[in-house]
Amino acid sequence: MSLDLTTRYLGLKLKNPLVASAGPLTGDLDTLRRLEDAGAAAAVFPSLFEEQIEHEEMEIHNFFEFHAHSNAESRTYFPETISYQSGPEEYLKKLELAKQSVSIPIIGSLNGWSDGGWVRYAQAIEQTGVDALELNVYFVPTDPTLSAADIEKQYIELVARVRESISIPLAVKIGQNFTSLPHFARQLSTAGADGLVLFNRYLEADINLETLEYHPDLVLSNRHEARVPIRWIGILRDELDLSLAATSGVHRSQGILKLLLAGADITMMTSVLLIKGPEFLSTLLEEVTQWLTDNEYDSVEQLKGSMSRGNCADPSALERANYMKALVSYTTQD
Amino acid sequence: MSNRNFVTVDGNEAAAHIAYRVNEVIAIYPITPASPMGELSDAWSSAGKENIFGTVPDVIEMQSEAGAAGVVHGSLQAGSLTTTFTASQGLLLMIPNMYKIAGELTPTVFHVSARSLATHALSIFGDHSDVMSVRGAGWAMLASNSVQEVHDLAMIAHAATLQARVPFLHFFDGFRTSHEVNKIEQLSDADIRSMIEDEWIEGHFSRAMDPDRPVLRGSAQNPDVFFQAREAANPFYADLPQIVQDTMDRFAKLLGRQYHLFDYTGAPDAERVVVMMGSGVGAGEEAVKALLDQGEKVGLLKVRLYRPFDCRAFLEALPTSVRRIAVLDRTKEPGAIGEPLYQDVVTALADDEAWGTDSSESRVRPKVIGGRYGLSSKEFTPAMAARVFEELKSESPKRRFTVGIIDDVTHLSLAWDREFSTEAEEVTRAVFYGLGSDGTVGASKNSVKIIGENTSMYAQGYFVYDSKKAGSVTVSHLRFSPRPIDSTYLVERANFVACHQFQFLERMDVLATAEPGAIFLLNAPFEPDQVWDQLPQEVQQTIIDKKLKFYVVDAIKVAREAGMGNRINTVMQTCFFAISGILESQEAIGHIKKAIEKSYGRRGETVLRRNFAAVDAALDGLTEIKVPAKATSDLRRVPLLATEGTDFVSRVTSMLLAGRGDLLPVSALPVDGTFPTGTAKVEKRSIAQDIPIWDPDICIACGLCALVCPHAAIRTKAYPTESLNGKPKEFQTLAWKGKDLPNHLLTVQVAPDDCTGCGVCVDVCPAKSKEVVKHKAIDMLPKRDHLERERANFDYFLTLPELDRRELKTDTVKGSQLLQPLFEFSGACAGCGETPYLKLLSQLYGDRALIANATGCSSIYGGNLPTTPWSTNSEGRGPTWSNSLFEDAAEFGLGFRMSVDQKRSYAEYLLKQLAEVVGHDLVEALINSSQESDRDIDAQRERVGKLRKLLERCDRPGARQLSEIADSLVRRSVWIVGGDGWAYDIGFGGLDHALTTGRDVNILVLDTGVYSNTGGQASKSTPRAAVAKFAAAGKTVRRKDLGMLAVSYGNTYVAQLAMGANPAQTVRVFQEAESYRGPSIILAYSHCIAQGIDMSTAMTHQKDAVQSGFWPLYRYDPRLAHIGEHPFRLDSHKPKIPFEQFAMKEGRFAILARSDPKQAEALFRLAQSDIDDQWNYYEQMAGIEREISSSPEGNNHHEP
Repeated sequence: MSLDLTTRYLGLKLKNPLVASAGPLTGDLDTLRRLEDAGAAAAVFPSLFEEQIEHEEMEIHNFFEFHAHSNAESRTYFPETISYQSGPEEYLKKLELAKQSVSIPIIGSLNGWSDGGWVRYAQAIEQTGVDALELNVYFVPTDPTLSAADIEKQYIELVARVRESISIPLAVKIGQNFTSLPHFARQLSTAGADGLVLFNRYLEADINLETLEYHPDLVLSNRHEARVPIRWIGILRDELDLSLAATSGVHRSQGILKLLLAGADITMMTSVLLIKGPEFLSTLLEEVTQWLTDNEYDSVEQLKGSMSRGNCADPSALERANYMKALVSYTTQD
Repeated sequence: MSNRNFVTVDGNEAAAHIAYRVNEVIAIYPITPASPMGELSDAWSSAGKENIFGTVPDVIEMQSEAGAAGVVHGSLQAGSLTTTFTASQGLLLMIPNMYKIAGELTPTVFHVSARSLATHALSIFGDHSDVMSVRGAGWAMLASNSVQEVHDLAMIAHAATLQARVPFLHFFDGFRTSHEVNKIEQLSDADIRSMIEDEWIEGHFSRAMDPDRPVLRGSAQNPDVFFQAREAANPFYADLPQIVQDTMDRFAKLLGRQYHLFDYTGAPDAERVVVMMGSGVGAGEEAVKALLDQGEKVGLLKVRLYRPFDCRAFLEALPTSVRRIAVLDRTKEPGAIGEPLYQDVVTALADDEAWGTDSSESRVRPKVIGGRYGLSSKEFTPAMAARVFEELKSESPKRRFTVGIIDDVTHLSLAWDREFSTEAEEVTRAVFYGLGSDGTVGASKNSVKIIGENTSMYAQGYFVYDSKKAGSVTVSHLRFSPRPIDSTYLVERANFVACHQFQFLERMDVLATAEPGAIFLLNAPFEPDQVWDQLPQEVQQTIIDKKLKFYVVDAIKVAREAGMGNRINTVMQTCFFAISGILESQEAIGHIKKAIEKSYGRRGETVLRRNFAAVDAALDGLTEIKVPAKATSDLRRVPLLATEGTDFVSRVTSMLLAGRGDLLPVSALPVDGTFPTGTAKVEKRSIAQDIPIWDPDICIACGLCALVCPHAAIRTKAYPTESLNGKPKEFQTLAWKGKDLPNHLLTVQVAPDDCTGCGVCVDVCPAKSKEVVKHKAIDMLPKRDHLERERANFDYFLTLPELDRRELKTDTVKGSQLLQPLFEFSGACAGCGETPYLKLLSQLYGDRALIANATGCSSIYGGNLPTTPWSTNSEGRGPTWSNSLFEDAAEFGLGFRMSVDQKRSYAEYLLKQLAEVVGHDLVEALINSSQESDRDIDAQRERVGKLRKLLERCDRPGARQLSEIADSLVRRSVWIVGGDGWAYDIGFGGLDHALTTGRDVNILVLDTGVYSNTGGQASKSTPRAAVAKFAAAGKTVRRKDLGMLAVSYGNTYVAQLAMGANPAQTVRVFQEAESYRGPSIILAYSHCIAQGIDMSTAMTHQKDAVQSGFWPLYRYDPRLAHIGEHPFRLDSHKPKIPFEQFAMKEGRFAILARSDPKQAEALFRLAQSDIDDQWNYYEQMAGIEREISSSPEGNNHHEP
């Protein structure tokens, strides 16, 4: 009997659990095709960042208006008639083209900023014909009067609003810093999320010692980071009836297998493919296939969640947050 | 039947619309106020817009107007329909080709926004002195008086020239018509096509140079035939008036607007008639109507076809009843019997009287007087026109007069009745005061368009700007009327006044034009119930006295909440429509939104959404204030009349500052355009919101803040500790750390009322607090919290003694910044990248510098009245500055050098002649002093002083003359300053020549890579991939390497620098260039608003320019070759960041990535290879040994 690699994610049937996450490789048609050729089951297109679009639109507006009509000799400083692209149109066109260029499912991704923006752009992305939408939500709280509940409420309302406005499957990509992730995840599910993507890796600022300034920078992940989604997917798998995608630190086939064991429906990767090239995905796929074959699995479905918190032998290891010696029991518990 | 639109456009667009459609080639060069015609054509061409023949006109920007005229001539000869646009000096540069074009009977139309010629001063404003200077060139001259006429007569000119073969100069008044926005009926393409017969075009084609039908044209002729050949063209001129009239008649049939060569309006039995042309006709016509209503027998004759002057048509248009004629000329021809139009009218009448015509039988010979009006856009109002009619009534009128000024010297002026007004009741007249940066003018133009294009009403807009580039005040004059508006003068009686900036109330009388009962809308940053108490008492009183309806809105608050920052334009516009009653409020809001969509639609949804939000929130913030019965405010308007300064400053400059320059009589002004320097310091504009505040505890006394300050508004001064007497309590000091100045203190001081708040000083400040990193040795802090203290500190700072420059090490940044700047408080843009170089120049050599300044930004912030930043030290010495033209600064400065040397030569001759009186030792010392250092120069000055004393007692021949020119024995520093438009393009020929002369001139190119002053047109310094006007798709060729061209001469000192990247190299370059006794050229990287950058961090950004290799730093010093060293030295490191990383921080490059990503990618790649290639080249240059044989010293024998 042949090995069945298929998996279901957000209601989509995927040919295997290896998906390219949002990043520069999926935003380029050439590398996107290479990913497909390498066996990627789906790809998440890079996020449309509402803030960036708004910022750029306003920047271009200010660029043309800067010192305009201020002086008798110079009404403007730039040729006004050049046609330029500042809004989401170019992004959407590219997304549409990406969808048409490959046969694997394409998942749109959106980082909104304003209340109206999330809905408006979610609908616009849906119009391009993508198979699903991933909301890339993050918020760095700095206001001490804002409670965790307040913030969670904002997320929930946002997901509900987007859910109402589109009909394609909806995933929500979140960070790991929630006080009670299972509770929050359940709320997201109730609000209409079809899946969760765990976890978002934030742009972290570094300090330049010469200039004493912060420099926001994204560093590539390393394979050890997969431990975090392993834990939370393992915990969430049994509690929630929704799709779970693992992302962060997916570098090796071992990691992929571990994440699937914990309960991930798919694993998403970018860093490793940036380092080793899109074709490395096929190596990973081969290794996963080989391991499954070697270990006599029939299907990925079999593997998925077989080590979730409920299915594993010792869930306390998942729950333990700090180093201490394993609690050894000397007798059989009654 | 054509489908015609009503559009609201300005005169330039009205002309360009026609010109573009009927031409195939357009060659232009930017010049105010004609530039927009070329820019529009270029923009249309870039967008692929077709002319009526189905092709896209090829538009080219040339290196000068002379170049443009050459291209036009060539293109015409090769058979294409070709045009150009220009004004003023530009037209003068075209004259040689104009004679050729006419001599060869070549049809074309030049559209001219008529502008003053530079005489005693440059003026960008309008009069007929330029067009009158070409009246001998053999061109037909057609005058348009309004925006609609510009459109119509442009068409008539293009049609007539093709038929007649005589070229046409179509002109209209610069600014008053070129920049007035008015509602006009636009000709459709079908209209335009039907005005032009195919056979005329075919005729033009058939005369084209063509090797299949070869001809010889442009021959040289001898006395035998030149004369006859010149006369051979006569029939074409003879036929021309009829052709023009026929064209006008055909036009009338098509469009319904009938024009004649001369159009008369007024009483059929008029006894007094004014003859004039240009925009003044609008005011003249209103005066005639008003006088007719009073029963006076007056009329106005409008001249349309000025050349050829058709006497018959003129006489036929003139009522036979006329007894007196006043001819008004908008030009001055000193020494002539009268101005040109006057002379033509007199000649026509005299000819008629002497020889008779058909109409002469019944005509009583009228008496003619001639007057000048409106030079340089001086207002010409119906009251002035009425006064001219009044003068014609007089028993003995002034036969030569002026109107519009007060002439108390030659008493030519007519005093007019300022109460006379023809403003109609039905016209809404609105005046808006704003800042250049707040969008008031843009919104006002929009309002005109809204009314003009969405309602049956007519609308007119005219905009007045002050001459500052930072914090410039704009005044928009709008009229709305059910009938066409020809009021070609500023609104004098407004029934709506809006003040968009609260602080104006303190400094100007914004309500001066408000009629009783008018509406006053104020943007006030206060709660409505607090506004009244914040008004100066004068404003309160005026509101009460004039019974104004007073509304307020906190527009900044509304705009910020809508995400629009400080751009309050849409908020104020909405409020205007809501309370002016021109349109129903909701209807107006609909139109405003549509207008926003039209204007900004392409800029994206965010821009629209935020603007709409501002519109929607505007009315909620609008409140009518119940005006109290009494003015109770303790606040008073700030007096602008300076109480300090020279007599000239208090008599003249202060009047200009107060906006009352129009009231100055002739006697107040210099006869030859010579003004005192050092006047910017009396003008305390106080425009900054935040100013730099010094913390001596952190300061490392590097001097960078003072070096980069574009306005000399932050300064460093070292002074002996003991000189610190009676200091203000909070005056701060820092002990001087160097051994060079023992027992000295240092103070870093802001000039709080002169600072523009640009923040450049704080950005470059390297000293950060150890505890709170954001706190630097200077921080930008709210001015209001520090103003009083810093005012007192700055006043005290000025009283502290300047250091003796002989004691200073001035070749370092720190040392140079202890020198007194003699260029201070310029009105350049906040954060300007050019002015720090000029300030440094003034610090190092200002007390002995002669500056020849090319026209451009530097001549505007340097020499545009009311004030100049060029200043003097306590001994009265300072840079002496002059601007000749745009194209000739190098030659002009070279002339300075020749003259200075010659004067010195003569002084040496006289010294030798008087050696017995003066003493041989002193003569020897005076002639042979090396004057290499400040110490030497000071010693020479002392010798000159001694010499003068000796000469006082001497009555030998030449003694007095020697005394007069003795200062020429002190070494002079000649500087030639200009931008890249001058150095790379229009002035390159002269600059190139100056370099070859070996003379000791220092050329400073303030290189912004674009024509900054005229609004961002590409120059040959514009880098590859940058977007600029005339390079809308990104400049495709690389920047000309002017530095290496100069290096090729061998004996020229050449350096490229960027102050923000390497300040020490900058100071060194200035020192080396000046000390070199031959020609020097410095290419100074100057950031500019026209690059699309953040001006507050622009100095720091220069580091990226250098680190990317975009702007390598180097010095080429021929002196090194003389001593066997490599003369070319690279002062920057191998590029370490990619061009794209640098470029994407600048709008000029980044916009290309948005507008055309593929082109951007290609050009960025090429730009990177330019950089790589250039670096490779320079590296090799740095290894090249040269033997420079001709020592420049050989050419400069006067200065050892």
